Amino acid sequence: MNPLPSEEYVYKCTTACAGCTSSLSLRYVLKAAGPDTVLVVPACCTSVLQGVYPATAMNVTVYNIAFAAAAATASGMAAAFRRQGRPTNVICYAGDGGTVDIGIQSLSGAFERGTDFLYICYDNEAYGNTGMQRSGATPIGAVTTTTPAGKTDTKKDIDRIVAAHGLPYMATACAAYPQDLYAKVKKALSIPGPKFIHLLSPCPPGWRYPTERSVEVGRLAVKTGLWVLYERVHGELTINPVSKVAMKRPAPIEDYLRIQGRFRGISDEAKSALRAAMEQQHRRLLAEEAGSC
Amino acid sequence: MLTTATGNRAVAAAAKEARPGVVAAYPITPQTEIVEQIAAYVAEGSLEADYIPVESEHSAMAACIGASAAGARTFTATSSHGLLYMHEMLHWAAGARTPVVMANVNRALGPGWNIWAEHTDAFSQRDTGWLQVFVASIQEAYDATLMAFRIAEDERVLLPVMVNLDGFLLSHITQSLETVDVGDFIPPFSLPHAIDTTRPRGYGTLTPPETYYQFRWDMERSMRASREVIAETEAEFARRFGRVYGPTEDYRCEDADVVVVALGTLGKEAEVAVDRLRSEGVKAGSMRLRWFRPFPALDLSGREVVVIDRDYSFGFGGVIAHSIRSTTRAEPYSVIAGLGGQEVTYDDIAGFVRRREAGREDWFGVSD
Amino acid sequence: MFEIRIHSRGGQGGVTAAKLIAQAAFHDGRFATAFPFYGAERRGAPVVSFVRISDEPIKVYSQVRSPDMVIVLDASVMDVIDVFAGLREGGAVLINTTEPLAIEGHPVHPVDLTGIALRVNLVVAGSPILNTPVLGALARIGLVSREAALAAIAETFDDPRNVEAAKAAYEETRP
Repeated sequence: MNPLPSEEYVYKCTTACAGCTSSLSLRYVLKAAGPDTVLVVPACCTSVLQGVYPATAMNVTVYNIAFAAAAATASGMAAAFRRQGRPTNVICYAGDGGTVDIGIQSLSGAFERGTDFLYICYDNEAYGNTGMQRSGATPIGAVTTTTPAGKTDTKKDIDRIVAAHGLPYMATACAAYPQDLYAKVKKALSIPGPKFIHLLSPCPPGWRYPTERSVEVGRLAVKTGLWVLYERVHGELTINPVSKVAMKRPAPIEDYLRIQGRFRGISDEAKSALRAAMEQQHRRLLAEEAGSC
Repeated sequence: MLTTATGNRAVAAAAKEARPGVVAAYPITPQTEIVEQIAAYVAEGSLEADYIPVESEHSAMAACIGASAAGARTFTATSSHGLLYMHEMLHWAAGARTPVVMANVNRALGPGWNIWAEHTDAFSQRDTGWLQVFVASIQEAYDATLMAFRIAEDERVLLPVMVNLDGFLLSHITQSLETVDVGDFIPPFSLPHAIDTTRPRGYGTLTPPETYYQFRWDMERSMRASREVIAETEAEFARRFGRVYGPTEDYRCEDADVVVVALGTLGKEAEVAVDRLRSEGVKAGSMRLRWFRPFPALDLSGREVVVIDRDYSFGFGGVIAHSIRSTTRAEPYSVIAGLGGQEVTYDDIAGFVRRREAGREDWFGVSD
Repeated sequence: MFEIRIHSRGGQGGVTAAKLIAQAAFHDGRFATAFPFYGAERRGAPVVSFVRISDEPIKVYSQVRSPDMVIVLDASVMDVIDVFAGLREGGAVLINTTEPLAIEGHPVHPVDLTGIALRVNLVVAGSPILNTPVLGALARIGLVSREAALAAIAETFDDPRNVEAAKAAYEETRP
C-alpha cells in the first residue's frame, strides 16, 4: 500500500464532532486534489466544521453557498476558470440533503450541461447539521428526529439517478477505505466533464454509536454488502474486490445494525426491505458488470 | 451607430458591448429575447463568453455568483416569477459582493397568470442589497445597462445592479437606438476578492454576531457610496456619449405646484399629462424616479405630490408613495394604477392630478 | 404625432409590419415607436399592433385609441372586430382586399397584398407574407418614403422577394 501524501489541507482545529467521517473523508479528498482547488460547499456539516470567521481550518479555497445552489455555482466557476485558462479543480462537497433533496435540480442541471467539475456527496443519511432529521437518503427503519418510529420509506437511489445522466465518471467510496477513496478522487479529477463520487459517511452522534467506531461502521457497511464500492468509467462498471467478496459471502447485516442506536427496535419488515433493496442492487450491479444488462 | 431595436435587443446589445465572460440564464416571458440574443452572439462568435443554459433562475444567479467570484464579468436577465425564484441568491450575490448585472423585465406575479407590466417583482427584492434602476425608453435601457457594469464593479460599490424595464411596454416595442463604442468607459473586470487558489481563503464562512454586522454595515456603506459613483458614472457617460441621466428625470418641475412621481413608462407618459394640465392652467410637473435603490433624496418641498404606484404592498400601501412619505415631508395622493399591465393613459394621469387629495389612496379603475 | 393601428391575425406579421413601419420612419429621420399588443392570443386570433410617428421623441406608451390611420391586413377580422373604432375624422384606411370598399368620410386604399405575395411567391409555411408588401403600399400613400420602406425591408429580410413585393404594392396602390 502506498502511503497517502503527508500534506494536510484540513487542519486539526476543525469544529467537527469527534469521530466525524465527513471531515476525515475531506482530508483524503483534498490530499488527492491538491492546493489548486476550490471547494464549493452548500449548507451542510462542512459549512460548520471549517471553523468560525475569521479563523478557518481549511487550507484550500472554500466557497460557501446556499443550500440548493452548489452544482450551479460550480458551473459558473468552472466556466470562468476555463475561460481564463486556469486548471483549478472545482469540487462540490455536499451532504445528502443538499444532494438528493434540495440540491437535486441544480445537480441534475450541471450534469446535463456537462460542467467540468467533481461533485462529492458525503452521505450521513440524514440532515446532520440541523440535528438528524430524515432526508431522502435515510435508510428504511432508521430513527431520526422526524422519523421517531423509524423511517417507513426506502433510501432514494441517487446513484441510479446520477447514472442516468451518463457521466464519464462516477464512483462510490467510504473513508474506511482511504486508499480507494484517494485513488477514485485522483481518477475523477483526471477526466474532463462532470464527475460524481458518493461517500458513505458514518456519523457517531446521528447514527448513535461510540465515536471511536466510525471506521469499523464503515467497514461493516461494506462487508455486509449494504454499501457497495464500485466505479463506473465512461459507462464501464468495476466493482471493488472487497465488495465482490461481500456479495458472495456477506457479513450478517445485523452486525452493522446492532451497533447503531438508530436501528434499535427496527422492525422485521423494515429489515427485510433493507435486505431486499440490497440484494436487488447486487443483482443489478453484477449483471451490469458482466455486461448482461 | 443609429439603428432601431426592441428593449430586449437594446439590453442584449449593451450587455454584449460590456464583454461579459459568463452569461447564465433561464427563459421567461417577456425577457426571453434578451438571453436568446446573447446565446446567438455567443454562437456566432461576436461575443466571446460562456453561455450557461441553467435549469432554473436560482441556478442562473448561483452560476453568476460562482463565475464572478472566479473573476469573470457576469450578466443575466429575468422577470417576474424568475426574479422571485432567485430571491435567495439575490441576497447571496449582494452579500458575497459579486457585481452581477441583471436586466429584469418587470412583470406581474401569479396567480392568475399575467405576463404584463408591474413593478412588484422588483420591489419585492428591495432589501436584497441590489442597486435598482428603472428606465423609460429603448435608448435608456441600453445606456443604463452599460452604466450598470461600471457602477457595480467600482471598488467603492461592488454590489450587483438590476436594470428594470417594463414588460412589453419597453421589452417588445421598437424605437430608435444609438449604440456606442464603449471604449474604456467600462474598465476590465477586476474583483479585489476574486478567488486565488495560491492564497486560499474561506468565503462565506460561519460568521458570528460579533463580526456579521460589520459585513452588513459594509454593504450599507457601499450602498451609500454608490450615490456618488452613480453620479460620476452618469456624468462621465454624458461627457462621452452626450446623453444626460440623473437620479430622477424632472420635467417642468421648476415652478410646479403639483408633481407627479412615477417610474418607468408611466413616468414618461406623465410628461404628456403635464403638458395637457399646463394647457389648462394647472402648474404640473413630472418627476420620474430612475433609481429605486439607493433611494434618491428628492426635493418636493412646497409642492403637492401625486404618486402612481404600479405595485402594491398588501396591508401597507403603494411602495413609492410610502417611500416618498418616509423620505420627504410630502403627504402624497397615492394612486395604484397599471397593475398586471392595466392600461393607463396620459388622460388618466391628468385625471389623477385633477382629483388629487393629499393623504388619500385610490386604486385606478376600482369604485366601491 | 401620427398614430396607426394595424389589425391582423396572429402569425400574419402585423407585429413585424409595425416594426418595419417604425424602421422606415426612422430612415426618414423621424421618431417612431412600434408597439405590439401582446394578449393571450395564439396563431390565427385577431391581433392589433400600433405605430406612432413623430418629429419629436415619443413619450406615450399607452395604446393608440384614436388612430390617424387603420391598416387591415386580414379583412376577415372586420367580421369580429370594429376596426374603425376611434378612427379620427378623415383618417385613412389601408386594407388588404380585392373588393372595392368605400367608407363615408375616410379615404380608403384597397390593395391586394395577398395576391402580390402569392404572385412573387412570398409564402412561408403556406402563408403569404403581408408585412413587407404593406410597406410598399404605405410608401405610395406617403406615410414613409419609398427609399426608407425598401431600406427597412432590406435590413430585416435577406430574401429579395420581400423588396420585390413591396415594389409591386407601391405600383398597385391608389394614392
